[in-house]
This record gives sequence, C-alpha cells and structure tokens, in this order.
Amino acid sequence: MRVGSGRLIKMTKEQIKDDIQSGANEAAEKAHISELSGSDVDQITEIMTEPTLTVGLEPGREIVLTTDGSYMKYGGIARYAGVPMSKEQALWTSERVLGFDTMDLGTTDYSIKPVKSIIVDEAVEVENCQLLSIVPLLYGAMPNLGIYYQSLGGKWPSPVDLLKKGKVAEAKETQVNAAEDLTTDITYVARVMHQAGADGINLDTTGAAGDAEFYATLQGVENVVKETGMAVEVGMSGEMIQGMHMELNYNGKRLAGLWVHEQGKLVAQAGASIFGPTVNTRLGKSFPWNVGYSVTLVKKCVEETPIPIHVNMGMGVCGIPMVETVPVECASRAAKAMVTVANVDGI
Amino acid sequence: MGGLRTAGDLVARAQMGKKLKIEDAKKYVTKKLGIDLETMTDECAMKELREKLDIGSALSTVGHSKGIAAKARIATLCDFEIDCVKKFFEKTKPSGASSTSE
Repeated sequence: MRVGSGRLIKMTKEQIKDDIQSGANEAAEKAHISELSGSDVDQITEIMTEPTLTVGLEPGREIVLTTDGSYMKYGGIARYAGVPMSKEQALWTSERVLGFDTMDLGTTDYSIKPVKSIIVDEAVEVENCQLLSIVPLLYGAMPNLGIYYQSLGGKWPSPVDLLKKGKVAEAKETQVNAAEDLTTDITYVARVMHQAGADGINLDTTGAAGDAEFYATLQGVENVVKETGMAVEVGMSGEMIQGMHMELNYNGKRLAGLWVHEQGKLVAQAGASIFGPTVNTRLGKSFPWNVGYSVTLVKKCVEETPIPIHVNMGMGVCGIPMVETVPVECASRAAKAMVTVANVDGI
Repeated sequence: MGGLRTAGDLVARAQMGKKLKIEDAKKYVTKKLGIDLETMTDECAMKELREKLDIGSALSTVGHSKGIAAKARIATLCDFEIDCVKKFFEKTKPSGASSTSE
C-alpha cells in the first residue's frame, strides 16, 4: 500500500479494512450523509487486496473517459512529457492509438481569461481537429477566478488583501465584480468555440477561488446552454466549496460549504451535461483511507445528481496519491472502487 | 470504454448530448446499432461493425469514412446532433460561403 504522498507502506488486510471504514466514517460525518454499507467496505477491501499489480472491471462495466488538458500531457509543455507534437497530433494519437472516448483542446495556461486574446487561433485549431477526428471534442479551461484579482495581474482588488484590512463589504463586492467578468468570459469563449464546432465545453477545477467562482461558473453554464445548446462538463477543484464570500446563492441555495452531492444538483440545474466531483487526497492518510473517504462522498453524489458523473481521478484527487507519476496499482484500484461501489458514469 | 476500438465515442455522445447515465447511454447506443452490450465492448466485433456501418474505426483503412464524414454517418445512425457536421453541410451548400469570401 501507499500513503497519500505516494510513499510505500506495509498494511495488513485488517488495517486496510479499518482505514477504509475510518475514511468512510469521516466523510459521512463531515458531509452529513450516510456511511458506506458493510458490503461496500468489504468490496473495497477486496479490491485493495487483489494480488495483481493492476485490477480491472467485469466485462460490461466499462465507463466513459472525458479529459481535461489531455493534449498537454503529450506536447511541448515543461510540466508534462515535452514531446514536440502539435495539439492536433496529440488528439489523433489519443483517438486512434490509445482509444480515448473523448478529447479536449485548450491553452497551455488552461484558464478561461487568457483564451480571450488568442481565441481565433484556438478556434481554428478546433475547426481543424473537427475535420479529421471522430470522438467528441470539448474545449477545456479552468474558470480560475483568482486571476481576475490584482494580486495575480487582474483588474479587481484582491478579496484576501481587503479581508486582511477588515474590509469585509469591499471584499464581497470585489468578488461579485470579478465573478461577473468571469461569467461574461465563459460565455464569450463558449460562444466562439460553438461557432468553431466544438462538441462541448469542459470547465475544470471549478471553485478553486471559492463560492464566487462556483457562482460565476453556474451563471456561465446557464448562459452557454441557453445560447448555444452545447454540452457542458463541470469538474470541481475540491470536495467542499470554500466560503470566500459566504452569502452567494444559486436557485436559493447558499454556495459556501456545499459538499459534492449538493454541488452536483446545482450544476445539473444550471443545465450542464456532465458533473465531475473532486475529493482532495490527504497526504498523511493511507491510500485505503483516501479511497474510503472519496467513494463515500462520490457515491452520494451519483445517487442525488440526475446527470452523468465523471469523477476526477488524477494526481492528488479521489484517493490517488499526490504524485505526478501516478502509481498504476493505485489508479486502477481507486477507479475500480469508484465504478463498482460509487457507480460513477465516467472518469 | 475504448473509444473508436469499441463504441466509447458513441456512448460519450449519448451522455453529452442526451444527459444519459452510463447504463441508459449504453442501452441507447446498443439499440441504435442493433447489437447487445457484449458486442458493444468487444473490439473484434466492433471493428467489423464499425467498418460495415462506415462510422470510422481506430484504423485508417483506405476508402472508409474518416473524420467529419464518419461523424456525419454517426449523427444519422444514432440520432445525435453533431454541431460541426451541421456546420460542414451548411458550408458545402452553394449559399454557404462565408461573408468575407464575397
């Protein structure tokens, strides 16, 4: 076994089961949801203790894969493989060699705001790819409200700086102003990508700057769906919405403090087609603990959300250790637990 | 699901366009293709079926539909609204030239 930081450890089967149960209990207590059943815990324990390096699903249980920043994993970007290949080449390699179900394009920064200045170039790449590809092609970007603040080169005063000075009302006002800009930008980028023929928009790592970012994204999804009818996937940044503003509501529901099962319902109400819940890996806890914790939260989300759930499963989320070279035995076990116990519709 | 090796792209479209959960999305596609679930996830059977239906596969076989041509056939076969296909057909009409080309 491993811990959330990726370090190898030794555990007995009893310790593994105890940690799964402990993670599940903590998730249930924090999110005020039901715990995993005894058979669920037994099932995850069996998955964890399968003797093979990788584990797999029964035939017929296959699920769909959507991606975020998929093209980046190949290309000439320092933090990934750095292979000198174009986005188009990455797309076609994924589609025809690796058998990906879908792909996405986006900018190196992968945020909505920087797309605006190069949007025509981005749109032409989408048009080119759509001529020669077959799998659904989304355009992906993070809402990333943080870069709308002056502290990160944006236009609006930073709410953190204002809060440090005790200016609570001003901190709330600046978040609302930035959120309005973000909603406008999401709508604009989606409109152009729709004109270029994209099959959908993937808004990834949503909520990273708190409830105002989630608010702006929900408004953006509403606009995009109404205006273009395009499919929208919303992936999250964490299991609970941080209350940076605290009083923002969507359809009468306060956004601060919402857990994944409540986030999914609002994303569906906004008109999105796919919701991607995220649960953050605890580095000091064991891999079984993190899987027990994540599966408990995501299972409830699947039960309560009327649209397909594509759970985020990569470095540092949903049980996967916080390492860039994700251990295959962890990735396959966490994925199998999500499919067979949480019943996700995709990853 | 295996993408073009099976029917992963089609199930993904059923999820994206029709908001179907995984089991319903699979049922939708199997019904449209006239196959069962076992066939849909069998790479050998699906290669033959995809070539027969000419909806594109993982192999770039000469003479078979690729890219937008394959997607046009998928849109018809599975009753999917594929926007780039609609735009392609609009562009290929005599009246479809962009305003800047006049």
